[in-house]
Amino acid sequence: MNTNSNSYTLIFTLVLVTVVAGLLAFTAIQLKPLQEDNIRNEKMQSILASIGVKESRANSGAVFTKYITKQLALKEDGTVDPDVDAFTINMKNEIKKKPSEQRYPIYIAENKGKTSYIIPLFGKGLWDDIWGYIALDSDKNTIIGAVYDHKGETPGLGAEIREEWFQKQFIGKKILDKPNDFSKNNFVSVHTVKGGAKSDDIHGVNAISGGTVTSTKLSLMVKERMEHYLPFFQSKK
Amino acid sequence: MSEDKEALFSKKNIKLLTDPLNDNNPITVQVLGICSALAITVQLKPAIVMAIAVMFVVVLSNFTVSLLRNLIPNRIRIIVQLVIVAALVIIVDQILKAYAFDVSKQLSVFVGLIITNCIIMGRLEAFALGNTPWKSILDGFGNAGGYGIILIIVAFFRELLGSGKLFGYEILGHKGVTLAESTGLYHYGYQNNGFMLLSPMALIVLGIVIWVQRSKNRKLIEQH
Repeated sequence: MNTNSNSYTLIFTLVLVTVVAGLLAFTAIQLKPLQEDNIRNEKMQSILASIGVKESRANSGAVFTKYITKQLALKEDGTVDPDVDAFTINMKNEIKKKPSEQRYPIYIAENKGKTSYIIPLFGKGLWDDIWGYIALDSDKNTIIGAVYDHKGETPGLGAEIREEWFQKQFIGKKILDKPNDFSKNNFVSVHTVKGGAKSDDIHGVNAISGGTVTSTKLSLMVKERMEHYLPFFQSKK
Repeated sequence: MSEDKEALFSKKNIKLLTDPLNDNNPITVQVLGICSALAITVQLKPAIVMAIAVMFVVVLSNFTVSLLRNLIPNRIRIIVQLVIVAALVIIVDQILKAYAFDVSKQLSVFVGLIITNCIIMGRLEAFALGNTPWKSILDGFGNAGGYGIILIIVAFFRELLGSGKLFGYEILGHKGVTLAESTGLYHYGYQNNGFMLLSPMALIVLGIVIWVQRSKNRKLIEQH
């Protein structure tokens, strides 16, 4: 057989790509449900972790509804859009839209009789996306927990935002200058402080040494995202 | 041809397995696949998973190409190899995403980059196209092993010296905010070397590995 003829080459290519395409399509379809479960469970796990409930990823799906009582998609003015399922909102696409067209998901949790509000975060880090969840106490001012994750920050430096020591610092910090005033002027958010925050700084946490850009971008993300929820908190006062 | 009668683990076949581990190591001797050695050797765990993933791809692509070696049209052999490698890499990526989600998150884009790993194409061109499937499998294991060993050695030093951990466990003690809060070496003022975490240090560690290897294995030293 002349394996160098044009027709042989053509037929060989056709057979090869058909077989490969079939194989890949089969694998992708077979594994898709498992992959989607992983992504969904991880999201639930992160949301639960922000209110201090530590569950394994496999368990999170079952426990989720026990704690999270409401999942709301808010409009820019703080009213609820009943047509949108908050959980399915893809933050990465959402933040590219104009603020008026975005829907802002918020999760309301009940844990040991206390209500807390969980806000999803999404933004740009140094190299790639960073995201997370930040949970506020029923006063909508005190942070009770925060989790962050990243796609490609520098390991050992910016990637430390994923670590507990960094996230733990946010607990107890306040986002408002004076409590119970949800106007924009009164909103300060929390920010990372290069060189270390003073112990009495209620809005500052230690930045990561060597991870300055990631730390700063994280502060910007937290501020930008949380700001959109002020009208909702105002209406809930 | 005596090839058919050759024992499965004859001396010659064993050499296919062991040669790439030292005398003909793909990274330190042939200097292939350096790029991924830089990228994923910051910590041990991803390095090991990467080594396993590369092993899977090299062995299976070597095997497939060797099976097809008399059918592949010579003019498009590189394209055929690429298609086979790409398909295997996608399968690895999909499997990791389904069954080892955390690891797949850590390796992220580097799994996809296995396809650009020169070792794989190198072995297909240099070995699988001209040898029987069984030999190609052994050759794949050998080369992936040689690659993996170097990866793990580099990752060991980078994780230990860069973040004071191995597999994420704090080996050198816990680093607190102040000296008094720290334990282990950190208590005496030891500091992690942040430079170890950056890519240039991977090259330097690799250079040291090559130096040590050649000073032990004299026949690798080039004569000029």
